[in-house]
Amino acid sequence: MSTHTEHQASQGPEPLDVNDPKLTRFDIVREGARRDDIEIVHYEPQVLPGTKAERRLTRVVAGFFLLTGLAATAFMVIYIAWPWQYEPGRGGDKFYTPLLGFTLGIALLAVGFGILTWGKKLLPKEVSIQDRHEGQVDSEGRTITGQTMLYMADELGVKRRPLLGISLLAGLAPVGAVLAAPLVGGLISQPHKNNQMFTTGFATAEGGERIRLVREDGRPVRPADISAGGQLTVFPGIDHGVSNKHADSPTLLIHLRDSDAQESRRANEKIGHGDYMWGNYAAFSKICTHAGCPASLYEQQTNRLLCPCHQSQFLITNNAKPIFGPASRRLPQLPIEVDSEGFFVAKSDYTETVGPDFWERP
Amino acid sequence: MKRRKFDLAATPGKAAVGVDDRFAVATPLRKLLNKVFPDHWSFLLGEIALFSFVVLLLTGVFLTLFYEPAMTEVVYDGSYAPLQGTPMSAAYASSLDLSFDVRGGLVMRQMHHWAALLFMAAIVVHMLRVFFTGAFRKPRETNWIIGSLLFWVGFLAGFTGYSLPDDGLSGTGLRIASAIMLSIPVIGSWVTSSIFGGEFPGTIIISRFFIAHVLLIPGLLLALISVHLGLVFKQKHTQWPGPGRTNNNVVGERMFPRYALKQGGFFMVVFGVIALMGGLFQINPIWLFGPYEAWVVSAASQPDWYVMFLDGSTRLMPAWEINIPLGDGYVIPPLFWPTVVLPGILVGLSTMYPFLEARHLKDRKSHNLLERPRDAPARTAVGAMAVSFYVVLTLSGANDVIADKFQISLNAMTWAGRVGLLVVPPIAYYITYRLCLGLQQHDREVLAHGVETGIIRRMPDGQFVEVHQPLSAQNGHADGHGQLEYVGWVVPKKMNRLGALGPAIRGFFYPIEKPAEAPVSPGHPPVEARPEREEIGSGESRR
Repeated sequence: MSTHTEHQASQGPEPLDVNDPKLTRFDIVREGARRDDIEIVHYEPQVLPGTKAERRLTRVVAGFFLLTGLAATAFMVIYIAWPWQYEPGRGGDKFYTPLLGFTLGIALLAVGFGILTWGKKLLPKEVSIQDRHEGQVDSEGRTITGQTMLYMADELGVKRRPLLGISLLAGLAPVGAVLAAPLVGGLISQPHKNNQMFTTGFATAEGGERIRLVREDGRPVRPADISAGGQLTVFPGIDHGVSNKHADSPTLLIHLRDSDAQESRRANEKIGHGDYMWGNYAAFSKICTHAGCPASLYEQQTNRLLCPCHQSQFLITNNAKPIFGPASRRLPQLPIEVDSEGFFVAKSDYTETVGPDFWERP
Repeated sequence: MKRRKFDLAATPGKAAVGVDDRFAVATPLRKLLNKVFPDHWSFLLGEIALFSFVVLLLTGVFLTLFYEPAMTEVVYDGSYAPLQGTPMSAAYASSLDLSFDVRGGLVMRQMHHWAALLFMAAIVVHMLRVFFTGAFRKPRETNWIIGSLLFWVGFLAGFTGYSLPDDGLSGTGLRIASAIMLSIPVIGSWVTSSIFGGEFPGTIIISRFFIAHVLLIPGLLLALISVHLGLVFKQKHTQWPGPGRTNNNVVGERMFPRYALKQGGFFMVVFGVIALMGGLFQINPIWLFGPYEAWVVSAASQPDWYVMFLDGSTRLMPAWEINIPLGDGYVIPPLFWPTVVLPGILVGLSTMYPFLEARHLKDRKSHNLLERPRDAPARTAVGAMAVSFYVVLTLSGANDVIADKFQISLNAMTWAGRVGLLVVPPIAYYITYRLCLGLQQHDREVLAHGVETGIIRRMPDGQFVEVHQPLSAQNGHADGHGQLEYVGWVVPKKMNRLGALGPAIRGFFYPIEKPAEAPVSPGHPPVEARPEREEIGSGESRR
């Protein structure tokens, strides 16, 4: 600091006595700035008092502030009096939110521009230069602080009494673990509880009945419900089968046309899934093996299934093998048949893991 | 008893003395009032982010009063008729109520969403400004790192907030997020199961995201922003080179009153723009998406813009699955690389960049003067490379929409993205580097030869030459080049910049002030009466 004051003093005039009654207020301001190593090198009013320009700018700023008041009042009136309850069709409520945003926006913009005009146009322009003290390393200060810290370390005597340091570290390490334990211990959850990652809602209980394929409204599906080339999203016919509780169970039931079905059956036989289809019907998991979105865009002409999230494409007639995009694994196929009452059922659960891939997927 | 005289005019002064007696704040306050800030339009980009954050806090507090962070299933009976009777989560139902049954709730919700988008956009643009001007160099590396972290924390804040309404679109995003966590080798399934409290979607994720979104992440943001601003204050702002500006001073305005007024006004403008957007532009109409159902998705499901580059990288990633044939076999899914590894690399590269550059240039000095992008061609080119990489990824995040609107094959779009990601950045690097060199050269040329005047002179031998206005009396063609040094700031390249154009007369309908005496332009000689024509001779005599 000392070197710096000299530096300033050599440039500017002597430090002023701020109690000198002859000083103007600006003189004191300038002296204050000087004490903060700031030189006000240029200070120039932008408008002269009493000029037309000043009156005009004052009017502009005042106009902005009054516009704010006007817009804010309009906001309040609309907020209270405008019909805001939703009604179907094109009611007045359609304009409620836009009007609120518009009036609020105008109110805020006007006050903003008012302040900006005031600050930018009416206040004097100035150029001040403040010293950064760059490169003026306070080496004495560094030495003093450094030595003080080393002195403190000496006083603690960790070097002379190493046991203290070691025992402290050894004691603190478990304390750190204690702090982390409730968080980690509370959150951690076994991912393979009930084998949940490898089963879906179609898994039959021991000796239980086979599970029906149902629609979104819970009604079971007959083969005649889907025309050739059509498809339907089906769910396990169990409690909460049609809900996010069984987010991995949604299945796409497809009625293939004859030629496609033959091709599909041949492909099935190649990988030992010869009995997975029932007639011309095949069922594939709807959950994309890439990131878990529902792969739901079915192109009838090409028998391709497209996932709209990342554009993986699966060829249904070739065991739903991925043929384009980032997915690397085919969609699992659900073995199906029709029960004695004529409804589709799952012969068993999926035989491959449903949903996005993970490390320990066999 | 004598009645005390009460002097109203002296009260503030007395109160001020009283305050200073107790807290001794006069001198620190003077230093604050006097602090000098350099001014340039590009310095206010970061402030847009700051002001958006304030708007986020204000509107966010309002939203918490009505939002219910629960996944319990309820049947909607609010006033939005098309969804009445639909089973949905309490979170989605309360978000619908916020939009339809809370007076003015929708405008607050939309302002919150727009402010979040603006917050992220301002962070990115501010970061580009800091990068391309070299403002991250010593001593400001720490603030650069904090700024980079702010982007990622803001990203998390945005994603958790986006997921809270639990609508069809955000639920799909959450499904993808769970798949991303699942894809982490070895611990993926444990991480997912711990965060979601079991298998996706579970019943607790919304409550957890809620507390993260309203307490943990804003707390972190607030802490990082405070340190960020504190460091700007402590280290003082960088400035552009210019007359009187050195590495060792700050040339600008004192903070009060003009600078602070402008800041206050600018905050109001940002707030006002967000209010206009929140009212006039629809954002995230959750009532159109329906509740989240694991089997429903629509085409053109897009995340918010700042997530799109990750969506793009995911779409472009080839289906490269790594199988490890040990025991039952283990898998590293292709999803892992573009969504976990790539952001990791981006965080590492961006935070380490100041140190990498300093090491490469063996530059250990402190820099308080900014560099024009053209003066650091390698850095500018690297930046252009990064930007083009980001743009290819972001466009690929919307490749299905582009394919649909422009009738392009979707697979072609994906392949264009894959190839473009590798080819475009190097091209961007090369072009930017050459552009920088060209601009540098042109600056030097103008300094050496002067500004083009647009005046063509015909020489006596029939040759046409353009007249250049030298920038200093000493240089020009007569006595060689290089009289003016390049000082790292704008070189005037038009005669108007040299005062060839008279000053504009201010006033819209009538002049508000007497036009100043037009200065005599150095470019044009004063107009005089045409001299008597001379007879055309050999030309030699006129020289």
